[in-house]
Amino acid sequence: MRTVGSSVVRKEAWQKVTGTAKYTDDYAFAGLLHAKMVVSTMAHAIITSIDTTEAEKIPGVRAVLLGGSYPLVGEAIRDRPPIAVGKVRYHGEPVALVVADSPVLAKKAANSIQVLYEPLPVVNSATQAFEAGATLVHEKLGEYKRDNEIHPPIPGTNIASHVKIRKGDMEKGWQECDSVVEASVSLSISDHAAMETRCSIAEIGPDGKIKITTSSQAPFMVKRLISQYFGEDMGKIVVETPLVGGAFGGKAAVQLEILVYLASKAVGGRPVKLRNEREEDILTSPCHIGLDATVKLGSDRHGKIKAANIRFLWDGGAYSDKAVDLTRAGAADCTGPYAIDNVWCDSYCMYTNHPYASPFRGFSHSELSFAIERTMDLLAEKVGMDPLTFRKINAIMPGNTTPTRVLLNNSNVGNLPKCIERVHELIQWDEGEMIALDERFVRAKGISCSWKTSTIDPDAPSGVILTFNPDGTINLMSGVIEIGTGTKTVLAQLLAERLNMDVNNIYVKMDVDTQTTPEHWKTVASRGTFMAGKAVLQAAEDVIRQLKAIASCVLRAPIEDLDVADSRVFFRDDPGNGVHFKEIAYGYQYPNGNSIGGQIIGHGHYILRGLTHMNPETGEGRPGPEWTVTAHGIEVLFDRRDCTYKVLKAITVVDIGKVLNDKAARGQVMGAMSLGLSFAGRETFVFDSLGRVRNPQLRTYRPLHYSEAPEYMVEFVETPQIDAPYGARGVGEHGLLGIPAALANALSTAAGVSLQKLPLVPEMIWKAKEHVRP
Amino acid sequence: MKVHQLELRINNEKRMVVVRSADTLLAVLRRNLGLTGAKPGCLNGDCGACTINVDRLPMKSCLMLAIECEGKEITTIEGMHNTPMQQAFVEHFAFQCGYCTSGFIMNAHSLIHNRPNADNQMMKEWLDSNICRCTGYEEIERAVKDVLRKNSQIQ
Repeated sequence: MRTVGSSVVRKEAWQKVTGTAKYTDDYAFAGLLHAKMVVSTMAHAIITSIDTTEAEKIPGVRAVLLGGSYPLVGEAIRDRPPIAVGKVRYHGEPVALVVADSPVLAKKAANSIQVLYEPLPVVNSATQAFEAGATLVHEKLGEYKRDNEIHPPIPGTNIASHVKIRKGDMEKGWQECDSVVEASVSLSISDHAAMETRCSIAEIGPDGKIKITTSSQAPFMVKRLISQYFGEDMGKIVVETPLVGGAFGGKAAVQLEILVYLASKAVGGRPVKLRNEREEDILTSPCHIGLDATVKLGSDRHGKIKAANIRFLWDGGAYSDKAVDLTRAGAADCTGPYAIDNVWCDSYCMYTNHPYASPFRGFSHSELSFAIERTMDLLAEKVGMDPLTFRKINAIMPGNTTPTRVLLNNSNVGNLPKCIERVHELIQWDEGEMIALDERFVRAKGISCSWKTSTIDPDAPSGVILTFNPDGTINLMSGVIEIGTGTKTVLAQLLAERLNMDVNNIYVKMDVDTQTTPEHWKTVASRGTFMAGKAVLQAAEDVIRQLKAIASCVLRAPIEDLDVADSRVFFRDDPGNGVHFKEIAYGYQYPNGNSIGGQIIGHGHYILRGLTHMNPETGEGRPGPEWTVTAHGIEVLFDRRDCTYKVLKAITVVDIGKVLNDKAARGQVMGAMSLGLSFAGRETFVFDSLGRVRNPQLRTYRPLHYSEAPEYMVEFVETPQIDAPYGARGVGEHGLLGIPAALANALSTAAGVSLQKLPLVPEMIWKAKEHVRP
Repeated sequence: MKVHQLELRINNEKRMVVVRSADTLLAVLRRNLGLTGAKPGCLNGDCGACTINVDRLPMKSCLMLAIECEGKEITTIEGMHNTPMQQAFVEHFAFQCGYCTSGFIMNAHSLIHNRPNADNQMMKEWLDSNICRCTGYEEIERAVKDVLRKNSQIQ
């Protein structure tokens, strides 16, 4: 292969190293107004009064918006007022919005607004929300409009959705078990902390045209939702997204776009910008979901798992938005990558008084893997089997079925045993799980496996348009957002490979606008390369057909005799004889001036094939196209005296199907691992007893820094997914999936106690070791 | 509101600006001068996305007032043209979303200038003041070490 597999330099590389790359907040112009939110200081409280008198007196303040007159919003369930009405349900919830001439004035005015609250009892965890008689976060749960495909909320409780998996015969399964273990794990809500905080700009023209510029993974969803929520004509809404400064799922939710649209409307359509400060980005905008899980696993005496009973209580926060889908995704792949015939899973999306959730890289899978993999280690220990061998004999294979009863084959699942074997070698498993260096220090190792399919909408589309330039070069337009993954460069590689041409002669449009760019549903779920890649290949066939058609006239030859390569169409049996794209891409002119043809414009599209909704009673259904599998290993240096530790080595082996861009793929996997180590090792919202977040800053919510990075080892297994572009599987999220579990397993071995709570900070480890009640 | 007229030396150009006393250098660079390469990430000195060079040292422009900067030599990412550090970042894929990149390059550029013999420990001390959320930092390490190595070969 000529281009596929090589580390082609990213198309936007020089923009990004010269500071010329533009993100949403970099756009400013005369006349732009600025909005600022007033956010709740309480997690659950009645708003007794809001006094905006002082704010309105400030010269340069153009509008003050309060809740009450706007429809409820929310993706699965319309349960969220864009601006709080009557009561607040989480710390950081918007209660007012100010629009002013400058950011300084807007902030000054926002600070002068007085809000009084009367506190209500706080629902401070998913488990608490699930208890009988718990305080209700939403009193009128039964009255909300909702998407008909979801498992409905249960009025009178805090349950937003309940997804069930019922597979096999549980009674028979448990009877076949010789060893059974049960474990409860929990992880608290955390944040994506993308370096670019969310930002949106809106203006409404005199003709009703709504232009929104936003840092989003889902501009096409912004268009749909604004239309649905506010009854605006879809064609009048144009959403533009320039480069996005990191997203990790956090920018797949639609929030600021709604606020800034309302703000612009309030000032007669003038352009308004709303940019989150870091504290708002952490508190107010959607965060990373939390989970309380109970897993019961049993195996026969040969170590074969026979039954699994799993309960997930997802902490979706105050509003359900995307948490309902996260709950479903967690259920669909609830067992992790193991062949288990008898599975019972209840996955509940719980309302709490916490910031609400949006997707987080891995979409429930790193969280469920933490629960499953911790239990796997406990069961291996009980069976008396090496945890690596135990995983290997239970590894999911072609011929097995998933919890939703999808039959796996050689294409739709990767080769997990091979991934495990590589981890076995790379981490030098045979040297021992734990080696004591002296009285204080031990080196310990942990392993884990994971998998993921992409449970996106069954009708999610992706489209690509190709246009030619007069010099024969090609412009590639796709709705995939460049959020950092390099997908658009990979798309150019796929096109270059198919046309057998120099990738430097392909130009990629980085920005997306929903009027001129074909839709790519959302840049989420590691689906960019697969779906847009399929669309690119179809568009490539389209332009090849057109190029050959015109070349056959020019060359006076049948189409079947022609071939395409190096920006030329030529005779297959006489490659030196042909025409260059530049002679035909804009039509062909004969010597006497007669012309034929015109600018060549190709298109392609793709929609996922054969996905179904899940059966509400059994969960049966095909939720995603394929399962990428991973194995992970982590080695730590642990100090037994104070429970501090250093991650020495982090390993991920992923069955990627086919490596399309080596450095880019490694970067994706390594970056995901880094995010996983950070979230597993240190990241959490610190809630006080009133449900307020005590650490909404990057100083107190501190991601991994340069000096804290371990040695990374990334390896790929290549089992092609037959229907994917060149066999490539999704890989954007997978480096992260088993990392929290592997870290917890390594530290459990090191500390000699099962660690079942994230993040794995020394204090928590010490408490577990000393059996201190939290 | 009190305003000041300042002459700032930025990227070898003299620029006249009118600023409030409380305006940070970052705000003035971005809003008054259109130099948007320096990014707001936290406005609190925690993330380093706004890092620029002031008298050749890396500084977080969100923590400096514009009025402090008169008479100083300010270099932003826009003042960097095909430098070895930029080339190394491209070659080693030392960025993904690109939002932290200007800050990292300005910090690393200053590091190789001021500490041409930096060892691993010194690199850690310098580069710990910036956050990258996309990469595993390994690519950044490779890029910076590549430039350090090439420089030491030239000497």
